[in-house]
Amino acid sequence: MDTQGEPQLPEPQLAEPKRTHPLSFAVKAVNGLQNAIFPMVAGFFALRDQSWAIFGAIGIGIAIAAITAGLSYFSWRRFTYTVGATDIRVESGILSRAARSVPFERIQDVSLEQALIPRLLGLVQVRFETGAGGKDELALNYLAEAEGERLREVVKARKDGISEEVAEGDGEARVEEPAETLFAMDEKRLFTFGVFEFSLAVFAVVAGLFQYVETFASIELWNLDFWSDSLAGPGSWVSNLGLVGQIIGAIAGLITFVILGSVTGLVRTFLRDWGFRLERTDKGFRRRRGLLTKTDVVMPIHRVQALKITTGFIRRRFGWHGLKVVSLAQDSGAASHDVAPFAKVDELRPIADASGFALDPSEGSEWHRGSKKYRFDSALIELAVFVFIAAGVATGLTISGAASPAFASIALVAGVLFALRQMFLWRFDFNALGARYFFVKQGWLAPKLDVASRIKLQSVEIAQGPISKRRGYATLKLGLAGGTLEVEGLPVERAYELRSAILSSIAQTDFSELAG
Amino acid sequence: MDETDDTLTPLHPNHVKVTRIVAFLCALPFVIGSIVLEAVQILPFGIFVIPVFLVAVFLVLRVPLRRYHARGYDMGEDRLRVVKGILFNSDTVVPFGRVQHIDVNQGPLQRAYGIATLTLHTAGSHNASVHLPGLGNEDALAMREDIRSHIKRELD
Repeated sequence: MDTQGEPQLPEPQLAEPKRTHPLSFAVKAVNGLQNAIFPMVAGFFALRDQSWAIFGAIGIGIAIAAITAGLSYFSWRRFTYTVGATDIRVESGILSRAARSVPFERIQDVSLEQALIPRLLGLVQVRFETGAGGKDELALNYLAEAEGERLREVVKARKDGISEEVAEGDGEARVEEPAETLFAMDEKRLFTFGVFEFSLAVFAVVAGLFQYVETFASIELWNLDFWSDSLAGPGSWVSNLGLVGQIIGAIAGLITFVILGSVTGLVRTFLRDWGFRLERTDKGFRRRRGLLTKTDVVMPIHRVQALKITTGFIRRRFGWHGLKVVSLAQDSGAASHDVAPFAKVDELRPIADASGFALDPSEGSEWHRGSKKYRFDSALIELAVFVFIAAGVATGLTISGAASPAFASIALVAGVLFALRQMFLWRFDFNALGARYFFVKQGWLAPKLDVASRIKLQSVEIAQGPISKRRGYATLKLGLAGGTLEVEGLPVERAYELRSAILSSIAQTDFSELAG
Repeated sequence: MDETDDTLTPLHPNHVKVTRIVAFLCALPFVIGSIVLEAVQILPFGIFVIPVFLVAVFLVLRVPLRRYHARGYDMGEDRLRVVKGILFNSDTVVPFGRVQHIDVNQGPLQRAYGIATLTLHTAGSHNASVHLPGLGNEDALAMREDIRSHIKRELD
């Protein structure tokens, strides 16, 4: 794809500076329009007594839009990128000039992202993750889709040191290696997933909107008079229905609640995971998903540090699990290392295999339980906290005489329940050390399984507090790149045993051999 | 290598002096404050000064010594073990093969007493940097060289 309006030259022109796609300046201008809305509204309110208020507001809007468009045009003119033999160089700045060079070896991931407006225009944002951690990463804002794809291939190939051949077969001529699809979700699966993603976020949004409306219109949502007035008016039939009617009303409300929550979950899931596809390419896992904002992420397999398998307490009954990888480079956004958000265990196994991990400990290694004393002590501590609260509430109620001090027993009951839960949880604490992996399984209703590669751990710490020292248990904290892995309440002997076993396998390989 | 044995190397004795000076500097404002409160004579003599003074003496004399005895390290062939903590114990092992880079730091006080802090940085989110204070400066530098020789060239 040509970005400068000049004819596309063969291979050597790779070293020449290029501009981003001309339309990208249009995208930035449209985004700039959003910034103009608030000043327009503010201007309108300030001038509302004048007859020409609306024109004044539009004038403000146009002025701001023009300035933004002008600025984005100049910054587009001055922004160039160069794909050199060993690095990518970017020069930018309207008045000042900034030049940055990113060597190919330091680029961990190249990801393509399409928000709504760029997508309509066929543009894509190309981001280069350098592992520098955080915002200071290189991003090319808006290239043509094909150019983005090509750039990604070039960078990946250069990085692997096979620059020459790839550059030859530039563009469409280069057919992608047949990728093996590891996991994909069709509409039916998405629908099931969406139902389980029941979310009450919509209520927060609605409440927020109401609060917003309140300040503009004089509807006072929290004012009792407003409700009694409206109920006495058109709503009075509700109060005339009697008890049966009110119960039916309550049930109807509950159903609406459930439906709204499910619909929110469905919509969110469809937006996020539409067309979910996980493939194994020779560069690593490639994940594509998204309806309005499409993302396309490649995760190199050798950078996978650990697997995390989660589930929910209802979806578990139907055998649904989610798989995430912990990777050395964290790409943008939360939960973005989902490789299979909603799948059966049998579907997860091939993915785990492909990433070089296993879901079950090998033969000969067995599951060990955590320390019973740890659970006992935790139960005691939780109970003590609630007893303390109950005592406080009882004294408060006796002194103020507001209600019977017997209400404090609610806190006591809660304390007993929590304590029983702690004792019960002991039955669900497991850890196992396989030949190559360390497995941690925890949780009762929604159990979690963490699988870490023994040699990819960075450090091992055993921590003990004043109680655990006396009672003979400890917390094992493992240094994991890009994530955390902690096992609480291990018997001390087991903690030391695990540590020396893990350390002996860490010491066999150097970090540079891992990162590849 | 047996990690459970008490084969720990103690820190440089000057570490106690430095932590005491730091504790003294922290306690000083409180002691002065309590003396000021005494001087205005709102309550009978000793209500402020005596407890504050006792706590300060405890923090300056006793605690640094106990923490010094709780601390220790063990430089193995391919790993460094760092132990610390009186109430809350922590016992960390960093294999040299996982060290990303190494710092040796000296504050002004530490410099006056010829000691230094060795910091190992790893790629892990937990224990991203493991600090070992209170080493003799020469020892810290020697340890750094020793650990560096274990890290492959490509990493630097």
